[in-house]
Amino acid sequence: MDIIFLLIPIAIIFVGCAIWAFFYSVNSGQFEDLESPAHSILFEDDDHLIPQDTQKTSTDSSSENKAE
Amino acid sequence: MNSSLNTATPTAEGCYHCGLPIPQGSQFTTVIEGKTRQMCCPGCQAVAQTIVESGLDNFYKHRATTSGAPEVKSQTLSDAQMAELALYDQDAVQRDFVANTGDNLKEATLVIEGITCAACIWLLEHHIGQQPGVTKASVNLTNHRARITWDPSEQVLSEILAEIYRIGYQAHPYHPDKEEQLLEQENKRAIRRLGVAGLGMMQVMMIAVALYGGAIQGIENKHVTFMRWASMVIATPVILYAARPFFIAALRDIRTRHLSMDVPVSIAIGGAYLASVWATVTDSGEVYFDSVTMFTFFLLIGRFLEMKARHRTGRAGNSMLNLLPASAIRIKDGEETLIPAGEVAIGDHILIKPGHTIPADGRIIAGNSSVDESALTGEYLPIRKELDETVIGGTINVENPITIEVTHVGAESQLSAIVRLLERAQEDKPQVAQIADRVASYFVAAVLLTAVTVCTAWWFIAPEDAFWITLSVLVVTCPCALSLATPTALTAATGTLRQNGVLITRGHVLESFSRATHVVFDKTGTLTEGNLTLQQTVSLNDAQSESHLKMAAALEKHSEHPIARAFHDVHTNLHVDNLQAELGQGLEGVIDGQRYRIGKPGYAFAVCAAECEQPALPAQSGQWLLLCNEAEPLAWFRLNDQIRPEAKQAIGALQRLGLHCEMLTGDSSSAVQEVAAELKIDTIISGVSPGEKLAHIQSLQQQGAQVVMVGDGINDIPVLAGAQTSIAMGSATDLAKTNADGVLISADLMRLVDAIRLSRKTRSVIRQNLGWSASYNLLALPLAALGFIAPYMAALGMSLSSLVVVGNALRLSKLGKTNRVK
Repeated sequence: MDIIFLLIPIAIIFVGCAIWAFFYSVNSGQFEDLESPAHSILFEDDDHLIPQDTQKTSTDSSSENKAE
Repeated sequence: MNSSLNTATPTAEGCYHCGLPIPQGSQFTTVIEGKTRQMCCPGCQAVAQTIVESGLDNFYKHRATTSGAPEVKSQTLSDAQMAELALYDQDAVQRDFVANTGDNLKEATLVIEGITCAACIWLLEHHIGQQPGVTKASVNLTNHRARITWDPSEQVLSEILAEIYRIGYQAHPYHPDKEEQLLEQENKRAIRRLGVAGLGMMQVMMIAVALYGGAIQGIENKHVTFMRWASMVIATPVILYAARPFFIAALRDIRTRHLSMDVPVSIAIGGAYLASVWATVTDSGEVYFDSVTMFTFFLLIGRFLEMKARHRTGRAGNSMLNLLPASAIRIKDGEETLIPAGEVAIGDHILIKPGHTIPADGRIIAGNSSVDESALTGEYLPIRKELDETVIGGTINVENPITIEVTHVGAESQLSAIVRLLERAQEDKPQVAQIADRVASYFVAAVLLTAVTVCTAWWFIAPEDAFWITLSVLVVTCPCALSLATPTALTAATGTLRQNGVLITRGHVLESFSRATHVVFDKTGTLTEGNLTLQQTVSLNDAQSESHLKMAAALEKHSEHPIARAFHDVHTNLHVDNLQAELGQGLEGVIDGQRYRIGKPGYAFAVCAAECEQPALPAQSGQWLLLCNEAEPLAWFRLNDQIRPEAKQAIGALQRLGLHCEMLTGDSSSAVQEVAAELKIDTIISGVSPGEKLAHIQSLQQQGAQVVMVGDGINDIPVLAGAQTSIAMGSATDLAKTNADGVLISADLMRLVDAIRLSRKTRSVIRQNLGWSASYNLLALPLAALGFIAPYMAALGMSLSSLVVVGNALRLSKLGKTNRVK
């Protein structure tokens, strides 16, 4: 079981990284709106990304970026 | 995609865009997704057309309900509005809310009005994103703020703002005041603390499982020591960073000699942590890093949700200042210049055209008009203002142009004074929390006394065990379960209610809801819709009432008076010449060479030939308007404020719950009795002033009644503040909403019934929780004091009792869904 002398420190480093990533996301405002992302995944506005679709496609590139 | 005015087929459904009923004879349609859809008004048609033309008709698929569509206001922009928007292109004006992001791009932060659901966000982001020059647009559903990045060399800001107006929303620049920036920082700090506590808790728990397993199965000592050190490393940031607010609050409380729940919480966290550190360093005793981190995490969740509710009220206060317009017309040496409203100074002469918002408090120096003060008073009929009378910034000039001399601006203005009052009200701590704190001070005293007694006693019996036994006593009596009992239940119930359209902004609401004995309603805007609608047309000659209605509609078409708006749904092609408005009386105009008047009976009848006989006022209650031409009186129109469709059902349900329903209104007309009879309200008090309303509520409360007041206008605010619990309608003025303890977001009275049912459920859950945690503490304390409980068992027991409490509280969020009233 001496492997825990290696694994637990690695786990602590991972936690450190996770906290750093969490702080970064909070500070960059990703936690400001907790409601709309839950809905936006359901919006079927990615028609133009589905191949051989004869439906109308949105030509605007900025809206494509957001649809993803 | 095309629109037409004549392919409509009659349908029973409401307007496809906004869901309002389609008036008779309306012929507004738009083709959406290949089908012809009926619209209620040209406004909805224009908005739907813009949405379809930008290829965004998916909006209609995404939105949750029809009523989710934005309220149509300024879809078509007049030149005056464009001129006002153009002010936002000036650098001086942009300084406050626009930032240069480098790469020659600019970023503006706006507040958008009219957002109701996630589909609005989708529509706004896509529509703004499609505009030339816009590189990025993101809209926040929670706080309705938009961040737009655009290239100023390709597009001006006013065009982007105009596009937002065209799809039926209104954009204002967002001026974060200092307070709001502080709130934002506080929010971010709280989330970071929660994250640290959560991650730390999970890691420590993982190691704790190994330690508990080792204690049972046997484990090598070097592994135990190592794992203890590892837990300590992880727990330390949780205690030093995440749990800091508890320590700071406890220190403050001790300094002010006032024991609150923070004191035992801090003693428990700090004591258990220090004991664990001691145990780790000296390799003896027990460690409690798992209990400490878990306790911290659970408490932080409670605090976080409480803070969120508090901030939501704060935001309503900030949106209050949005009432003020963006621009004003200053008259200097006979010259008119359009200036940003922020530059208006005391002594300036400002011209306010009809339909415009008054930019600052002032005195009328030229002209007379009527002013819509509904934003401040909730009264939907405009108030007459003569020369030399004062007008309040934020109210709307309705009839004639007036010139005012500015007397107060900025912080001295009446609007700011009200906002300041609000801020003071917001600082008030909920009453129930204060009671909890008072209990806490006894509790702390008792715990410390017991701990000292136990410590001294064991010191004489077995000095080597004294420290660990005292620690078990402290851990066992740690008020985790007790301090979690109420907040977890309240948080779960508040969350459920919010999903059901009831926003609770003060902590005590659920408790006072469950004890309520009386529900008092305001009439206008609460039990009724709060605006005038056309109820009935009575023709006085042989002609069709339809044609009279069209004449009336043609006359009223261009007026923004609330009475006139009741006619705006009626479609008419008649042309009116020489339209004149008589202040507070009515309108006069020429149709096909014939002079017509509509308005108060006396005024309208004056146009008739002398030999005519003035018709008697019909017996039915309501506001009657008379239409006359030079030959004879033509028709009566009855306007009335309609009762909300769900009001009757809601009042019946409240009465079945054993509540006494009252109606308290300033109105003294016979309409009051009609409404009361229709709704079967128990008690009616009519024709009372706001002061009398307050006195009535207070006397009820003195007799021991627990009053819930439901209202909407600013005139209701004293009453709302005076009642134990106050609920504002979602359509209420911002000020009333901010002052109320709760808001019915969807303005659906049935939600109030839901809330009262859930609050009763919550009360019983809180009682179970308190009973459970108190009996746990009472049972464990003597055992720990006698030394039967090892500290790790105390910690396990503490964690388990907390989990039971949390689990019990979570039942409230599940029950809410099955109880939901459609």
